Amino acid sequence: MSDNSKTPVKAVRRPVSRKDMTKLQWTWKEIKRNYHAYIMALPYFLIFFTFTVGPVILSIYYSFTVFNLIEDAKFVFIENYLRLLFDDDIFLTAIQNTLIFAVITGPVSYLLSLITAWFINELPPKVRAVVTLIFYAPSISGGVYLIWKVAFDGDSYGYVNYLLLRYGIETSPIQFFQNEKYVMPLCIVVALWTSLGTAFLAFIGGLQTIDKSQYEAGAVDGVRNRWQEFWYITLPNMKQQLLFGAVMAITQSFGFGDIVTALAGFPSVNYCAWTIVHHLQDYGGQRYEVGYASAIATILFVIMIGCNLLVNKVLSKVGQ
Amino acid sequence: MAKLRTRNHKVVLSRSAGGDVGISIFLIVFGLFMFIPMYYVVIQSLKPMDELWTYPPKFYVVKPTLSNFSDMFKAMSNSWVPFSRYIFNTILISVAGTFGNLFCGSLAAYVVSKIKFPGRTLLFRLVRLSLMFHPTVASVVNYITMSRLGWVDTYLAIIIPAWGSTLGMFLMKQFMEQGISDAVLESARLDGSSELRTYWTIAMPMVKPAWLTLIVYSFKDLWNMGSSTYIMSEQLKTFNYAVQQIVSGGVARAGVGCAATVVMMLVPIAVFVFSQSQIVETMSTSGMKD
Repeated sequence: MSDNSKTPVKAVRRPVSRKDMTKLQWTWKEIKRNYHAYIMALPYFLIFFTFTVGPVILSIYYSFTVFNLIEDAKFVFIENYLRLLFDDDIFLTAIQNTLIFAVITGPVSYLLSLITAWFINELPPKVRAVVTLIFYAPSISGGVYLIWKVAFDGDSYGYVNYLLLRYGIETSPIQFFQNEKYVMPLCIVVALWTSLGTAFLAFIGGLQTIDKSQYEAGAVDGVRNRWQEFWYITLPNMKQQLLFGAVMAITQSFGFGDIVTALAGFPSVNYCAWTIVHHLQDYGGQRYEVGYASAIATILFVIMIGCNLLVNKVLSKVGQ
Repeated sequence: MAKLRTRNHKVVLSRSAGGDVGISIFLIVFGLFMFIPMYYVVIQSLKPMDELWTYPPKFYVVKPTLSNFSDMFKAMSNSWVPFSRYIFNTILISVAGTFGNLFCGSLAAYVVSKIKFPGRTLLFRLVRLSLMFHPTVASVVNYITMSRLGWVDTYLAIIIPAWGSTLGMFLMKQFMEQGISDAVLESARLDGSSELRTYWTIAMPMVKPAWLTLIVYSFKDLWNMGSSTYIMSEQLKTFNYAVQQIVSGGVARAGVGCAATVVMMLVPIAVFVFSQSQIVETMSTSGMKD
């Protein structure tokens, strides 16, 4: 209490002038000046690096080794990759299925999200909120997709089999999830059913920020119908959301493994819907072949990052 | 010049009637495709035993009952863990994971978006890059990390990694970038407010939509968590795991399975309903730029 009068005036932290310093000195000064920023960011980035960045880097390292968690990792160069590509037929099936899955669900889910968001944008706000919920709900409702398994059940209590028998299209119930012909298409349909997620909401958000006066100006300037309006005014104005939505849709399109496992089992009949994620779970989680599993993880990582960077590059060129 | 008319009090371009009809048909057909399975789960969960066994299966219920919901607690009787334990586990990891993620993520988002320190761009680019791959990629090494830390078969293995999840933090950072003016923060700093204080009393109240978005994303991921490779003990397993066990029990448990699924899905849907407009607001600032 007594030294109230002596309370020091707090020094204001000013940016340091950059002259008379090498880049390194200046950076070091800035680091010291902002030390509190690092402390505040530490908890998040410590966890982020431990469980996301570190594992990816370590996976790349382990992918060049043989490692079973008991003995030390033994360096084998690209042996794991050679084994994957030339000695593991199931992995080739997995790559093929993964790409089929991604190439169909990625773009289709992206376009469905965009078109639906655009169509419902002109509805009155209250109706729009309800419609948004209907389209978005399947993607946040956990295991609700299991109802598709019930609907396509192999016995005649499955709703689809009932209809097929009733109208004489089939004479005996189809074992949908035991039949190689149906497993992949069904899994893709169910995956699409759950796929109106983050990208969809991003498009709704993007559409609502577009300045309405632009549409009026467009109308004066000769935009004749909604399709032209969409192409010339709406899309260029929501480019950031389009890019973000693409990343969400692509990453999602590689992550439908859980749905496939829940519907078709692990493994699916004759590995007909076996994806890279399943192969990874098999070797990493069940057989503890860390080196081999890491090679699978690395390939998956490269494919996903590659797709994302490529699509982002292409999309950011649109309209320039 | 095109004809102007108003719709929802806004001037819009003249819309062709054909387009309106086409769009309505698309929305109705696609909407039914999205809605019917959800509806069917709810209807099944309300059917009494005799209606569940009716052939053909019906899309409506004559005498709705809640008995499936009470039977839910008996359905896992072959497991020695009481059913309420699964629900408790899910609530525990959802709440602990979400609050930790909110705390760590918002601090990091504030620092990266509003303090100019060396390395901020690199850190944020790494977060952005992490949105481009599925977390499964990290699972192999994470299992080793978890066992070294002694976290295998504990709640920590689920809760702590959730604190560092990226989507909510990413959206919050983008929202802060546009939602908080640097001038306000600067004047607070000149008044001698510490960074931590500025973050808590000035920045955070200005980004409530981003809070909610982070909470919803973190919560729904944890709530929907099924079986995990890190958890072996039955008493630590989640509600979603139990639901899947019940559903895979086949026709005999159809009603109970649907009741459990309904409980499972109602929670994230309710959370979303309350926060929808705020999430959409947050999403309007989403983008891939630095």
